[in-house]
Amino acid sequence: MIHMRRRLAVVQVLLAVLLAVVTARLWQVQVVRGAQYAAAATETRTRDVVVPAVRGQILDSAGRPLVRNRTTLVVSVDRTKLGRMKDRGAAVMARLASVLGRDPKDLALRLRPCDARVSRPCWAGSPHQPIPVDADVDTPEALQILERQEMFPGVTAEVQAVRDHPVGGAAVQALGYLQPVTKEELERRQGLKAEFSGVDMAGRDGLESVYDQELRGTPGWRRVQVDRLGRVLGVEHEVRGTAGHTLITSIDAKVQAVAERAIAEAMKAAPKADGAAAVVLDARTSRVLALASAPSYDPAVWAGGIGEEEYGRLLSGRSGQPLVSRAIKGEFAPGSTFKMSSVAAMFKAGYPMNGHYNCPGSFMVGSRAFRNFRGRSLGSMTLHTALVKSCDTIFYKAAYEQWLKDGGLEPKGRPREVMAKTARAFGFGRPTGVDLPGESPGRIPDRAWKKRTWAATKDVNCRRAKEGYRDVAKTDAGRAAFLTRLAHENCLEGYRLRPGDAANFSIGQGDVLVTPLQLASAYAALVTDGRLRSPRLGWMLVRPDGTRVREITVPVRGTLPVSAAERAYITRALSQVASDGTAAGAFTGFPMKKVRIGGKTGTAEVYGKADTSWFASFAPVDDPRFVVVAMVSQGGLGSAAAAPAVRKIYEGIYGFTPKGKPAPAALPDRVPAARPPMIKQDGTLAW
Amino acid sequence: MVNRVIAAADRSFARRAVGAASPVWRVDGVLAVAVAALAVISVLMVWSSTRTWAPGSTGLVKKHVLNLGVGAALAVAVTAVDHRTVRAYAPLVYAAALLGLILVITPVGAEVNGAHSWIMLGGGFAFQPSEFAKLGLVLMLAMLLAQPAEGGDRPRGPDVVVALVVAAVTMGLVMLQPDFGTTMVLGVITGAALVLSGIRKRWLVLLVLAVAAAGAAVWRLDVLEPYQVARFTAFLDPSTDPRGVGYNSTQSLNAVGSGRLFGKGLFGGGQTMGRFVPEQHTDFVFTVVGEEFGFLGSVTVVMLLGVVLLRGVRIARRCGDRFGTLAAGSIVCWLAFQTIVNVGMTIGIMPITGLPLPFVSYGGTATFANMLAIGLLQAIHLRSRTF
Repeated sequence: MIHMRRRLAVVQVLLAVLLAVVTARLWQVQVVRGAQYAAAATETRTRDVVVPAVRGQILDSAGRPLVRNRTTLVVSVDRTKLGRMKDRGAAVMARLASVLGRDPKDLALRLRPCDARVSRPCWAGSPHQPIPVDADVDTPEALQILERQEMFPGVTAEVQAVRDHPVGGAAVQALGYLQPVTKEELERRQGLKAEFSGVDMAGRDGLESVYDQELRGTPGWRRVQVDRLGRVLGVEHEVRGTAGHTLITSIDAKVQAVAERAIAEAMKAAPKADGAAAVVLDARTSRVLALASAPSYDPAVWAGGIGEEEYGRLLSGRSGQPLVSRAIKGEFAPGSTFKMSSVAAMFKAGYPMNGHYNCPGSFMVGSRAFRNFRGRSLGSMTLHTALVKSCDTIFYKAAYEQWLKDGGLEPKGRPREVMAKTARAFGFGRPTGVDLPGESPGRIPDRAWKKRTWAATKDVNCRRAKEGYRDVAKTDAGRAAFLTRLAHENCLEGYRLRPGDAANFSIGQGDVLVTPLQLASAYAALVTDGRLRSPRLGWMLVRPDGTRVREITVPVRGTLPVSAAERAYITRALSQVASDGTAAGAFTGFPMKKVRIGGKTGTAEVYGKADTSWFASFAPVDDPRFVVVAMVSQGGLGSAAAAPAVRKIYEGIYGFTPKGKPAPAALPDRVPAARPPMIKQDGTLAW
Repeated sequence: MVNRVIAAADRSFARRAVGAASPVWRVDGVLAVAVAALAVISVLMVWSSTRTWAPGSTGLVKKHVLNLGVGAALAVAVTAVDHRTVRAYAPLVYAAALLGLILVITPVGAEVNGAHSWIMLGGGFAFQPSEFAKLGLVLMLAMLLAQPAEGGDRPRGPDVVVALVVAAVTMGLVMLQPDFGTTMVLGVITGAALVLSGIRKRWLVLLVLAVAAAGAAVWRLDVLEPYQVARFTAFLDPSTDPRGVGYNSTQSLNAVGSGRLFGKGLFGGGQTMGRFVPEQHTDFVFTVVGEEFGFLGSVTVVMLLGVVLLRGVRIARRCGDRFGTLAAGSIVCWLAFQTIVNVGMTIGIMPITGLPLPFVSYGGTATFANMLAIGLLQAIHLRSRTF
């Protein structure tokens, strides 16, 4: 027994030592390194989920929604999970395609990550987020995916909010669209970056893009507890997001619809027309009531990732680039609509307001004869009549005289360039600053511009002058010779503003380019207080409960270099165009006694194409409340395509039938809305 | 000494209620209280780790309470029996255990988690003969080594050989299931019985060499399943395969470590609720203790187990007969091995082995076997004042 007791004593000591070791190790694991293990545990036990805020609505000036949110079942695919499968998820995708009734190839294309070489359809978002492949799923289909998860690993169907355009295609180019946020955008974005959900979208164009920050709201954030299979057990911590602000715009859905219909019909009527735009401004405030561009498209294509075919169609030249808003991005020669700037320049140069000017059939500018429209001689007239009847030669003469005064081909010192300067003061040649992205600046071809262009092109021109146009010569020897001569001329003296350039400039031809919005903005300044403003579509930002965030003001960006009397003179002249002038035909039967329309037609020649048709207008003439500009590219005469479109817009605004009989008016008060609609706490409209 | 004071206080208080003459007051109260405390903790831990299986899931806890109740009854019953009577029945108990081990590897046995170690009894009850084999082997070896064939106070060659054969048969049958963990426990029991029986040091040296040689052979001859090797390499470096075998080790460390000093409170363990640690109501139950009760709770449980083991050593030392001492000593070594290996694997100082934590893990047969062992310790204690 003595051996046994001795050995038991050893066992006892051994036990005590082992228990002490275990205790020491527990101290180390739980107390010394406890925090570290706790952090690791939290990481495995929880998932941080960003809960996107409800995106704000976009309303029109009467509170009607232009863009709102609609819930739909969105089917998304987790590419990482598919990639881990033996067949890279091919079987799952095949099943999914058959359930959704889609082409498996199309689905596969949507899962590719976008890069420089891979174009749409592809996935521009983060590679770690589920990719929505179908945003408008019928419930039975999605339920099948949810119920038989074992058949669809990596595929989820969830209720998500997508953008809805209740008024169909109204103002699509102005409203813009959403696309999944890209990695670069996300990195620029402040705040939550860790993980974001598959519905995180960013505005890509139009108001959605400009007011993206305000519309988006602040996303919420939720830390959910998950089990080892990733099933959510509960919410551990939640920071609630705030919904995006509602953007109230000055767009009037009805006026917008009228404008879109008018330009669509104008395009149909003009066989060669390849694009059109219409702008309706509140004349006094320069708030935009309608901004239409044709051809247009159905904004529903953006929901749930756009297909290759659709995207290709939207971008192709054959479809007329429906994504591009011609109202702010289309640059066209303005033709005679530009003459109000030239008249203003003549006043500035000292031509008397009540003088009489001869309007011959043609005028010799240097060695070249510049002819009136159809070469007609109209005799002696005032500038008023020159505008009404659209005489060209009076402006050629004035422009030539000013060009000579500036020093002709080789000016000494700084030339005055009164025509170009006045045009710039009317806002041409620079963006209007409208609250839309990607606006074009247009072009005012002054002497400096000529120099810049010559510097940029002279190498090519000089080479062409030497080598000629052999490629063109194969088909058209005469044209090749002309081009070679032109290249030679441009190479040698392209930096000079030639007298012909100056003459063309005065009637809005040659190298002058303007956008429809620039023209509308200039007319608004001319016919009201002479202040040039940056047009605005956004009017007011309010919270979903109706409380005001801020009003979007319309900045004044300049004053016209014309006195009130001179403005009144030009306005008076333009007031007669629709009744007695070039647009009289287009307005036959319009009840001018009830609403008198003023304006100016424009017919701009484009080399190799049909003329650009313009009509810039305002109404009523004695106290202008609206400025309406229509442009039909390759539409022909201003009085033939654009003026009838403008007439239809006025008929819609004021409520007239084509025969002049009363009809329901788009704006019952016949004036633009004075203030944005009030929204009550529950989100409904208050009047 | 503290134990003794507590026990004495305990006794003097209760003696008035029950009656001083009852033999109940001569049982080792400290041991009984420690086991009872572990049983209570065990119920809480099994509850906490299984309640999220399904809403209102209490089936397993109820079964566990039942198991503990039956186990306690068995312990009381064994306490009432003189251990010398038990010695007389040792061959019978051992034979029954062997029969169970043979049955389990026949088609009667059911395979769970890759091992043929269960006999399904129907009605959701199952029986694990290898747990009883531990007890059977303890009794058999104690009997064989307590009365050397040639008399004297220490076993000689023939006794050792017989003991080794008995052990080898038992271990071999368990290996066939295969159950590596239980085989090791049986090996520990055998080693403990031999060492404590007072065999000569030269035998000890020989045995250690034999075990070492066997170990080397096992390693070289690929007797081990690949997962067992993997568990061992993962133990040496858990980062080798954090998603596979290293997963258990990493997750259980995360759970225990995140309990920190005071724990997250009962039912407050996120790792437990998320069931990140596998087998957390059986083999990894200590992770629940660690996460929900923290360092203080973990040390309490370790200390309670320590009290049980040290009281066992005390009983062995105070026992007057060789059988009692040997049986008690072997039981202590068996429970100590399981305790150290089990707790050790959850805190990363032992490789992952499928051994339950005595008195705390869920498991019917193991609970019964452990409780029977405690009953046997009490029986030995009650009849130890013979010298």
